[in-house]
Amino acid sequence: MPDELAELVAAAKAGDRKAFDALVQATYAHAYTVAFRLTGNEEDARDVVQDAYLRAYRGLKRFRGDSSFSTWLYRITANCASTQLGRRSRHRHEELDDDAPLADERPEIDPELRASAESDRERVSAALLALPPRLRAVVVLRDVYDLPHEAIAAELGISEAAAKVRLHRARRKLRERLFPLRAEATGEEDARAV
Amino acid sequence: MPVQCEEIAELLPQVVDGLETADHPLIRHVESCLRCQAELAQYRRLLRVLHQLRTEVIEPAPGLVTEILAELGEAGERGAIRSLLSGRRVAYLGGLAVAAGAAGAAGAIVLATRSRRSARLAS
Repeated sequence: MPDELAELVAAAKAGDRKAFDALVQATYAHAYTVAFRLTGNEEDARDVVQDAYLRAYRGLKRFRGDSSFSTWLYRITANCASTQLGRRSRHRHEELDDDAPLADERPEIDPELRASAESDRERVSAALLALPPRLRAVVVLRDVYDLPHEAIAAELGISEAAAKVRLHRARRKLRERLFPLRAEATGEEDARAV
Repeated sequence: MPVQCEEIAELLPQVVDGLETADHPLIRHVESCLRCQAELAQYRRLLRVLHQLRTEVIEPAPGLVTEILAELGEAGERGAIRSLLSGRRVAYLGGLAVAAGAAGAAGAIVLATRSRRSARLAS
């Protein structure tokens, strides 16, 4: 698959429009997943993905291949998502406080229903969606998609130090949400499990 | 929670993906404290699951790829029209420059002819 993508990228860079269409076909579901994880809703994710491919198309000649096409596309998607979320927050005249408790009105991730048999992935996905967008963006890009701090800072328009602070806050909030009982209650069992 | 555990708890989200690079006092504390080991284990489990999410694909509602390709098609057409227009503009400006040059040359010939004629009449 990476070789096929590389061939498509080379052809698209040479001006083959059909090759770029094939690149879209091969990568759009992953790009949408990134956009959805960053924005937290379908409507914004669709807008972000469209915008990202448009920018990728226009900037393809500048893609040097230092990273994979997917990683390059994730970075563009992150940048578009950041713009979209900035627009949304200005529009709503609200700024989410990073330290505010996680608001959660959806029944499927209601803490009272947590005891139901959800898989770890589902629980973590739900907890991610409940994070404030600017914390979510950093933890998704770093811990899910493995982007370096430097790239995350560049795409989100923040300093590397700020990206790290947000990452640590996000991890702490996720842990508190996923393991609400204090460590002393479950400590020995969890420690032995790892 | 003892004070030292609270301090360590602040640092755990930073060191979870590289405990070996952490300060020695922190490592020593975690090695001897079940409570902090448990918390570290929770962070490790969290990171493991987050990493697993990378392979997951959330399927978009139908129609997204069609919308993207249509948008790209429109962008391509807009680009083609722009370059066509800018090509025509260049040709138009080039034509104007040639015409202006020709007019200038013709004017210079007329002036030169006149000045030669008046010089001949004067002599």
